[in-house]
Amino acid sequence: MGEPVTPIAQARGVTKRFGTTVALDDVSLSIVPGETHALVGRNGAGKSTLVSLLTGLTGADSGTVLFNGEAAPAISDRDGWRQRVACVYQHSTIIKTLSVAENLFLNRQSERGPISWPGLRRRAAELLESYEVDVNPEQLAGDLTVEQRQMVEVARALSHGARFVVMDEPTAQLDAGGIARLFRKVRALQERGVTFCYISHHLEEIYQLCQRVTVLRDARHIITAPVDELDTDALVAAMTGPEAAASHLLGETSSRTRKSGPPALAVRELTLAGSYESVSFSVAPGEIVGVAGSASSGAVALAETLAGMRSPTSGVVEAAGQRVRAGSVPDALKAGIGFVPQDRRATGFVPELSMAENATMTVPRRLGRAGFLSPRRKAALANEAVRTLDIKTPSITTPLYGLSGGNQQKVVMARALASEPCALVLIGPTAGVDIRAKETLLAAIDAAAAAGAGALIVSDELDDLRGCDRVLVMFAGRLTAEQSKGWQDADLVAGMEGTRDDR
Amino acid sequence: MTTVSNEVPIARRANAIIWVNRLREMAMIPVIVVLMIVGFIIAPDTFLSVENLMNVLQQQSELSLLSLAEACILITGRFDLSLESTIGLAPALGLLVPMYFGLPTVWAVPICLGVGILIGVFNGTLVVRFGLNAFIVTLGMLIVLRGLQTGTSAGKSLFQEPASFSYLGSASWFGIPVSILVCIAAYAIGIVTLRYFRAGRALYAIGGNVDAARAAGIRTGRTVWGVYAIGGFWPALAGVMMAGRLGSVAASQGNGMIFTVFAAAVIGGISLNGGRGTLFGALCGVIVLGLIQNILLLAGVDPLWNPAINGAIILVALILTRLTSGKSQN
Repeated sequence: MGEPVTPIAQARGVTKRFGTTVALDDVSLSIVPGETHALVGRNGAGKSTLVSLLTGLTGADSGTVLFNGEAAPAISDRDGWRQRVACVYQHSTIIKTLSVAENLFLNRQSERGPISWPGLRRRAAELLESYEVDVNPEQLAGDLTVEQRQMVEVARALSHGARFVVMDEPTAQLDAGGIARLFRKVRALQERGVTFCYISHHLEEIYQLCQRVTVLRDARHIITAPVDELDTDALVAAMTGPEAAASHLLGETSSRTRKSGPPALAVRELTLAGSYESVSFSVAPGEIVGVAGSASSGAVALAETLAGMRSPTSGVVEAAGQRVRAGSVPDALKAGIGFVPQDRRATGFVPELSMAENATMTVPRRLGRAGFLSPRRKAALANEAVRTLDIKTPSITTPLYGLSGGNQQKVVMARALASEPCALVLIGPTAGVDIRAKETLLAAIDAAAAAGAGALIVSDELDDLRGCDRVLVMFAGRLTAEQSKGWQDADLVAGMEGTRDDR
Repeated sequence: MTTVSNEVPIARRANAIIWVNRLREMAMIPVIVVLMIVGFIIAPDTFLSVENLMNVLQQQSELSLLSLAEACILITGRFDLSLESTIGLAPALGLLVPMYFGLPTVWAVPICLGVGILIGVFNGTLVVRFGLNAFIVTLGMLIVLRGLQTGTSAGKSLFQEPASFSYLGSASWFGIPVSILVCIAAYAIGIVTLRYFRAGRALYAIGGNVDAARAAGIRTGRTVWGVYAIGGFWPALAGVMMAGRLGSVAASQGNGMIFTVFAAAVIGGISLNGGRGTLFGALCGVIVLGLIQNILLLAGVDPLWNPAINGAIILVALILTRLTSGKSQN
């Protein structure tokens, strides 16, 4: 069964070691022109390493990379690589302090001699127009939205002449509307003959966008198949290996009962000018309530207000029947509100500090009196977190930057749980983590609720919301609908996009 | 309720942001105008005279060259504290080396400039090649270079300047001090390079996001190294100008100047995080500081108060920039 056409990009039996760990073990992959090829696998399965081999960031220890049947250029030949393959990385490679136009033509602003700025702007505008990217080339790249920035990166990548684009988790930071627009662009480019290698943790995206999928697990190639021949269960099984499938992702939760007593979290007529308006709801002890909303819905601002990171314009927040002073993180913590912030890198943890210190950062009082932090109690709390959340870390003293994204997120969750909160406020608690970590995190929320805490999950990922007892839909700063458990995906997505009334 | 309706304001907002960014580059011009008016009110007869303004510019000429060097280094996202020692050591060696080896005195200026470049190359090597922290490296260099100067000159001022050495700081062309013309030329070259040439734009790219710059094919190490080398040249030239203006090279020449250099750069809108700011802004910062000093002098403020007032002005300027730019500086 040979390939009928020459693959546009191909890895033949590549192996890559970092020290003693094998990051890729005799992996082969071939991507045919015009297809969108999904590359999936859990964190650490070898996706990133394969991407850096395919984009020429590192060389393979053995095996070869080919483009259109020809050997890949030397690692030092950046121009050669750029003409063959382009990559939109998870972390933007745009220079925020420069204009969009200059970013598009970085280091090739002029052939030789002085730069003509009007000419550069015109070329940039033409390039953006030809890929239908609606961005003003004079804007500073730092002022763009994530979505705009990605499209600028795609346009820049294609302008080098490459017809093969690797996209590394492009949707990780996009809301549902942004994802839909990104997909439209990708499909339009597909029609123009651009080939994609698409990496994502979101399996539903793969079914929407891709024709074939390759699964990596533990540095090995497991399977390559057309997506229609591999259903979700088979795909998850290929990714996780012969182990139990994820139950929490399907919305199965332990039998929980709502406890009596004052609500764990109650919000009355809460308003933050410019973000959301007169929001009222309550979460009972033992209940998990979801808030579904796109990036512009105000849902994230609402959650941040509850955690004390923002001061509301008016309204009342109560935790366990006690009023919480607005706009103060210490008071929110004291009131028993545990919080998982939206961007773990920005506000979730201190990368240089150890896993133990990060996990216990919110609870100095549990570690000792008068500012003294008992190392023994800290270690005990951290070890408990490692056990309950299944955190993979060499040791509790390992700095957090040494952990994978999924394990970092677990530590952030541990930090929120460390204070034994009566209310949990979680923003996108499983953003950018693999399917197994997702399962663990959702189970931890479930367990906390079973123990009597009320939980509020703000997310636009349907998987996060499936286990909720009910889901409030937020659109344009207001709660517009409530769905009880067992909702249909379409209803929720339509509510988040505000297109419900049009149907 | 549809998504189309809110796209128009987004585009309009983008345009507004572009304009705000453009105006920010000119933010120091109104400050200079206000200072001119204040100066005129305080000393109506003398302040606006050509002679006085020339004096201000000439006194600021050495500072302006150091700020030019520092601004380029800051835009690249690095630091150089040792400039204030280079401005002393380079001219000192320019005088001492020919004396010691019995070379003709015409060698004084080339040796001075060569020493400056060598210091920059050394800084650049430590920072780029050995990956050391620029702040600490150049702090160490600041102390070492100052010590080399006091050691080689036995702590004394050097007076035996050949004519070639004193020319730049004392001569005038068409009634304009040469040092001012040199600064204008230096800034003109710098501004054009940083705005219109790939090599200059590379500084912004490196300072903004060094990985992205490397991915775009910019030779980041070599560029940073070059910026340090040129960053040694300007203070050496400033050293010749200062020696010519003052008639000697004091063992403490340039001592403490680096704080004013940073103040001028930051007041002029150069980001200490790299990637942001213009040389025109840095020049404005230098002029603002010079005008303030001149106004204080004309107002008859006791010079003993100058450090306190200068420090306060720097703080006020920073607060103002913070308020007008709306972004925090780190």
